[in-house]
Amino acid sequence: MTTATAEHVERGFWTTYVFSTDHKTIAKQYLTLGLFWTLVGGLLAGAMRWQLAWPDSAIPLMGEIGPEVYNMLVTMHGTIMVFFVAMPILLGAFGNFLIPLMIGARDMVFPRLNMLSVWTFALASLVMLASFFVPGGAASAGWTAYPPLSAKAAYTGVEWGLNLWILGLALEFASFLMGGVNYLTTVIALRAPGMTLTRVPLAVWQQLAAATLFLLSVGPLIGGAVMLLLDRTLGTGFYAPELGGDPLLWQHLFWFFGHPEVYVVLLPALGFVLEVLPVFSRKPIFGYRWIIGATVVAAALSFIVWAHHMFISGMDPRLAMPFSVTTILISVPFAWVVFAMIATLWRGSIRFDVPMLWALGFLTMFIIGGLTGIFNGSAPVDLYVSRTYFVVAHFHYTLFSAVVFGGLAGVYYWFPKMFGRMLSGPLGQLHFWLTLIFFNVTFFPMHHIGLAGMVRRIANPLQYDMLVPHQWLNVLATYGALCLLAAQLPFVINLLWSWRAGAPAPRNPWNAATLEWAAPSPPPHLNWGPSVPRVYRGAYEYSVPGEREDWLPQDLAPLARSR
Amino acid sequence: MAVRLEVEEIPGGIPAGKVAMWWFLASEIMMFGGLITCYIVFRLGGSGWAEASNHLSMTLAATNTLVLLTSSYTIVQAFVAAERGSAPALRRHLGLTILGGLIFLGIKAVEYTTEIRAGFTPDAGIFWSFYYTMTGLHALHVMGGLVVNGVVLLTAGTAIKHPHRVELAGLYWHFVDVVWIFLFPLLYLA
Repeated sequence: MTTATAEHVERGFWTTYVFSTDHKTIAKQYLTLGLFWTLVGGLLAGAMRWQLAWPDSAIPLMGEIGPEVYNMLVTMHGTIMVFFVAMPILLGAFGNFLIPLMIGARDMVFPRLNMLSVWTFALASLVMLASFFVPGGAASAGWTAYPPLSAKAAYTGVEWGLNLWILGLALEFASFLMGGVNYLTTVIALRAPGMTLTRVPLAVWQQLAAATLFLLSVGPLIGGAVMLLLDRTLGTGFYAPELGGDPLLWQHLFWFFGHPEVYVVLLPALGFVLEVLPVFSRKPIFGYRWIIGATVVAAALSFIVWAHHMFISGMDPRLAMPFSVTTILISVPFAWVVFAMIATLWRGSIRFDVPMLWALGFLTMFIIGGLTGIFNGSAPVDLYVSRTYFVVAHFHYTLFSAVVFGGLAGVYYWFPKMFGRMLSGPLGQLHFWLTLIFFNVTFFPMHHIGLAGMVRRIANPLQYDMLVPHQWLNVLATYGALCLLAAQLPFVINLLWSWRAGAPAPRNPWNAATLEWAAPSPPPHLNWGPSVPRVYRGAYEYSVPGEREDWLPQDLAPLARSR
Repeated sequence: MAVRLEVEEIPGGIPAGKVAMWWFLASEIMMFGGLITCYIVFRLGGSGWAEASNHLSMTLAATNTLVLLTSSYTIVQAFVAAERGSAPALRRHLGLTILGGLIFLGIKAVEYTTEIRAGFTPDAGIFWSFYYTMTGLHALHVMGGLVVNGVVLLTAGTAIKHPHRVELAGLYWHFVDVVWIFLFPLLYLA
């Protein structure tokens, strides 16, 4: 079924670049689609911020927008950033690229299923993109699509936009279900000789945890989405109280998936950072097995925290305490991982290369986001801050730090392996510092605006007297957001310029020990020469006492030690 | 360069396809599990469900249960035949399995028609919403299983060399059967 023989080597244009079964090409296809959607999602955010700072003034290129269009912007920004940016880049691109290389396989175990997965995602992208252009515009019921607002077209004025939104998400789910099954089976079945589970790099472990979470949490939401579609089209009454249904059912189904989903996005990013930190500290990762254990505990707990999104929803208030307890409990394993990261840095020989800067950026920003998470998870506090900009600030400090800081740590770290060329260091430094500064200018004020009472999803804060004195913070956040968008220009220039004309990358530019650096940069089709590498040691053997080099590659045989 | 993707079997001897199938089924179980949980929670908290359920035809559903269970038996026989390397027996038993699936869908269609004619459409109340959604999704899975079984039937020559293809199709078909074993008492008997 998966036997790729020599005829695969002779390949034409279409099978090499378009309908490719090569995991590295598929990774780049996911990356391209993800970066395209980043642009769309970022511009939507820019338009939102403009409206909030200077309500009902003409937005460049868009003109004046009303509250309906603003609702659409909020909805599509959230949907795109979670499902069409974070997932394709962190899982689709890096999962595909790294898993076979890091475990010493030639490709995914089901290469054709892999190709089907990326093309299903392309189709999902097309459907989601088309939804902007149908009569009534794109979905505008929030990225969480709560009924009754989402259950009847009359409530939002959006008929096909929301139906296509459901269809696009269904296709996206199908794509990542195929991907997830492939990732898990590949790691179970295709590890190189000697690559025991306790030698598998943490980036791969995190991908596995993410894939498992996705597979096990998305089912109920698929069921829920079918119900929503039937409510909209056939007039069933799942979410309609007058027919015996209950709008809260959707919230339960959505967040049963939604909370694991944020870890689906977070865990791969944690994985990148966990790879980068030991390499640029020249130290073994602190507590390898404990990190895996903490990840498993956090993943398991993530299935029983969902109602912390619903403290003010009107659900049975007796549920608030147990869900508060599990939510605060889940910060224990994550704190564990964060402390392991800090302990890895402790007394290391730190090198401040660009990937390391992004990893440290992730670490510091994620701690801020994690701390506000404890406020939100505590029901009495959440009753006060729920659905305010305090929550918006919280999840941007966690998700933005994961997707952007963690994701870019991955991009800057593995770009040489992916494309065979080095990225420019100075441009990378510029990109990092501008992003770090303007990220904080954008999102830090939101804590205050939220505590001052500004709720999410309002299109015009000036309509509320108590918010008028705080409007300068909205303006500040908007300047921050526009600068944050502009700060990505050095990155775009760096990517395009280095891709064509960067310095050729050596096989192992960072002196890293994991297996992907044993392959040529970029790795050829089927990755390895005549035979797959053999693995002799764990993934993080740095600065081993008595060794001449300060790193021991995983495929270095013990005999070679005495050279 | 004569390079091969040489690994197909995991060290323990379980084919990769089987590992993948179990992961896939795990997510399917979560989907039907979610729907069934919603149904039970709603039913426990509401009234009038048993009266609505009384309008369903127990005879047709019981027949369907029998048909689907029998088809699960014939697909096991198909796997046995594939392991023995007997293509005719494999074709015969797969054919019977597919026939069972088609009869199931036929009876289901008769049920739907009778109910809709009697005015019990999906928007006739919450029981009917659940009934059509759960049995409809299940019927879609039966159709998917028929396509899979059909592909295995058409490639029976390959399947006797790789009996695990039949086993995978069988795993999925059993899953479809097990879901019905939950739906039948919940919707018709309770």
